[in-house]
Amino acid sequence: MPDAALVQVRDLKMYFPIYSGILRRHTGDVKAVDGVSFDIMAGETLGLVGESGCGKSTVGRALIRLYELTAGSVVIDGEDIGTLAPEALRRKRPTMQMVFQDPQASLNPRRTVAQIIAEPLQEHTSLTPAERMARIHELLDQVGLNRRFASRFPHEFSGGQRQRIGIARALALNPKFIVCDEPIAALDVSIQAQVVNLLEDLQDRLGLTYLFISHDLSMVRHIADRVAVMYLGRIAELSPRDALYDRPLHPYAEALLSAVNEPDPALARRERIVLQGDVPSPANPPKGCNFCTRCPRVMDICRTAKPPLIQVEPGRLVACFLYPQTVPVGSTVGAAFQPTQQGAYT
Amino acid sequence: MPDGGDNVLDVRGLKTVFRTRGGEVHAVNSVSFHLKRGEVLGVVGESGSGKSVTMMSLLRLLPSPPAEIREGQVMLGGQDLLKISPQALRDVRGAKVGFVFQDPMTSLNPVFTVGNQIMEPLMRHKGMTRTQARQRAADLLELVGISDAANRLNSYPHQYSGGMRQRVMIAIALSCDPDVLIADEPTTALDVTIQAQILELVKGLRQKLGMGVIWITHDLGVIAGIADRVMVMYAGQVVEHGPVRDLFGNPQHPYTRALLKTIPSLTGKRAARLQVIEGQPPIMLSAPNACPFRARCAHAMPVCATQNPPRHAMDGVTLGQGHDVACHWTPEVAYA
Repeated sequence: MPDAALVQVRDLKMYFPIYSGILRRHTGDVKAVDGVSFDIMAGETLGLVGESGCGKSTVGRALIRLYELTAGSVVIDGEDIGTLAPEALRRKRPTMQMVFQDPQASLNPRRTVAQIIAEPLQEHTSLTPAERMARIHELLDQVGLNRRFASRFPHEFSGGQRQRIGIARALALNPKFIVCDEPIAALDVSIQAQVVNLLEDLQDRLGLTYLFISHDLSMVRHIADRVAVMYLGRIAELSPRDALYDRPLHPYAEALLSAVNEPDPALARRERIVLQGDVPSPANPPKGCNFCTRCPRVMDICRTAKPPLIQVEPGRLVACFLYPQTVPVGSTVGAAFQPTQQGAYT
Repeated sequence: MPDGGDNVLDVRGLKTVFRTRGGEVHAVNSVSFHLKRGEVLGVVGESGSGKSVTMMSLLRLLPSPPAEIREGQVMLGGQDLLKISPQALRDVRGAKVGFVFQDPMTSLNPVFTVGNQIMEPLMRHKGMTRTQARQRAADLLELVGISDAANRLNSYPHQYSGGMRQRVMIAIALSCDPDVLIADEPTTALDVTIQAQILELVKGLRQKLGMGVIWITHDLGVIAGIADRVMVMYAGQVVEHGPVRDLFGNPQHPYTRALLKTIPSLTGKRAARLQVIEGQPPIMLSAPNACPFRARCAHAMPVCATQNPPRHAMDGVTLGQGHDVACHWTPEVAYA
């Protein structure tokens, strides 16, 4: 059972500037991530769900500093990666890796599988070519690919196999933390299960910690220990998996879950909450709660103030004025993340 | 569930092949189905299973070469769409059959206003004047749930969000009151909350307008929510077909069963491990004289390698009217 947070995110902000006019003046910002705080315990899988454009991928990329943070801190394994100097960041890279969404686009078509997997090894280790090849074979075994495939090119593989190559590359340097950015979104249903099972096996065997970004709520229920629901750059709710799926507290989490189609005609035809309208633009979010334009239970206060993310039940954090406002999440955020159920982490 | 009614569309023995340098790809193999008025037929299958190619073949929308429709009959309103002249076919496309394409980002013309694109079929098929067509276009946008429709007609597609563009596609497809609406993965590119809006919209409209709807998707959840009947395709063939409740409640084909098991559920017990279908879908280069699923099937028998199983009815009724399955291994026991 994990005891400490491997990843601590505090008030993370990622703004992308908008330049307009002839002078290309800075006229505004796309607030892709606007003040997000959470912890990921060692050995756990945190699911991050939300609709497209809500900032979930931006969070994932910011966490391993593929972007320069606008504000806030990201502490991974004791070091604030937001402020690390380039050389120190480079030495830190092996701890944190990423599996990308599109296995077609994230593998270089002109390099063989062996070359693709070897690149991080060449960059960060001093293995001899023979040792490197041995490590590549070991990695191919781990992700369930035949060793003979090492000399083939990405186009010779199917989508699921390509995703395995991407996973092998992410594992090459023995990372502690892996950001999985929609790793199954581009795959067929029958192949998705294979990749998810592989990710779970690797976690058991290597003690990995995952941030699993997805819009597939059923799959997140399967793989995640805790789930954060994002809406327009902010976390609406962060709860242990079973609690969230049994009884979502935030109105957006509730609507999102009710919109999912269950593969069962009896369940799929139940009453659902159909949200009206579209997601507002992150360049111009509403003044109050980001969800106030579509919320079926909107109140006056929601249009004027942004609700803080607070603990409303043990282990459950919700940003909504429907719940009594007590201590906002600040420096004591860690306390809110204590696991509430034995066996929630395996 | 809508009661009977005559068939608006009847497809028999459709075969489409693609001629490629590597040989002929048998993309659609003897596919037969029908569609009744006011009914939603769901078509499920993985990518490459031939769902889209089947529907494109109906309206001869595939570029030829490389595509070639070998055999089959597509009866719509007493005429065979595969035999009529290109001129006659143009009067069918968009008028009697509306088509909603998969990707709303690329299916709308970026240099014409949304209004222009909805008005085009109205003026072409219904002989309306610009003023009449404009009025009708505004009504249609209203119908698909876009507010301030009259002003929105002057917008260009890029000024619309993804969900709104998809609604514009639906408005265009509905513009000439078609008998049949073919929707090819209309919600795949959309988020779940927008998808829910579109599903409710189509459910309401088919009752109001009484058209038959063919809904193509790889999302079994969507099918469970909207379809009356379901057709499961694998490697260019129909492997199972039946009323939605029978098919989900009592799946017969090993592929359908496996597919339903691979999807984690949102409710109910959480499985420790997901079931998988091992292997990959076949490449359909050889003529289909064996069961295409045999390599991944847990129940494969010697006969599966020598004979492609025909569809046979499960409950004694005429083929196509009830639940039918194309499999040599028939778990009659399970069908209690």
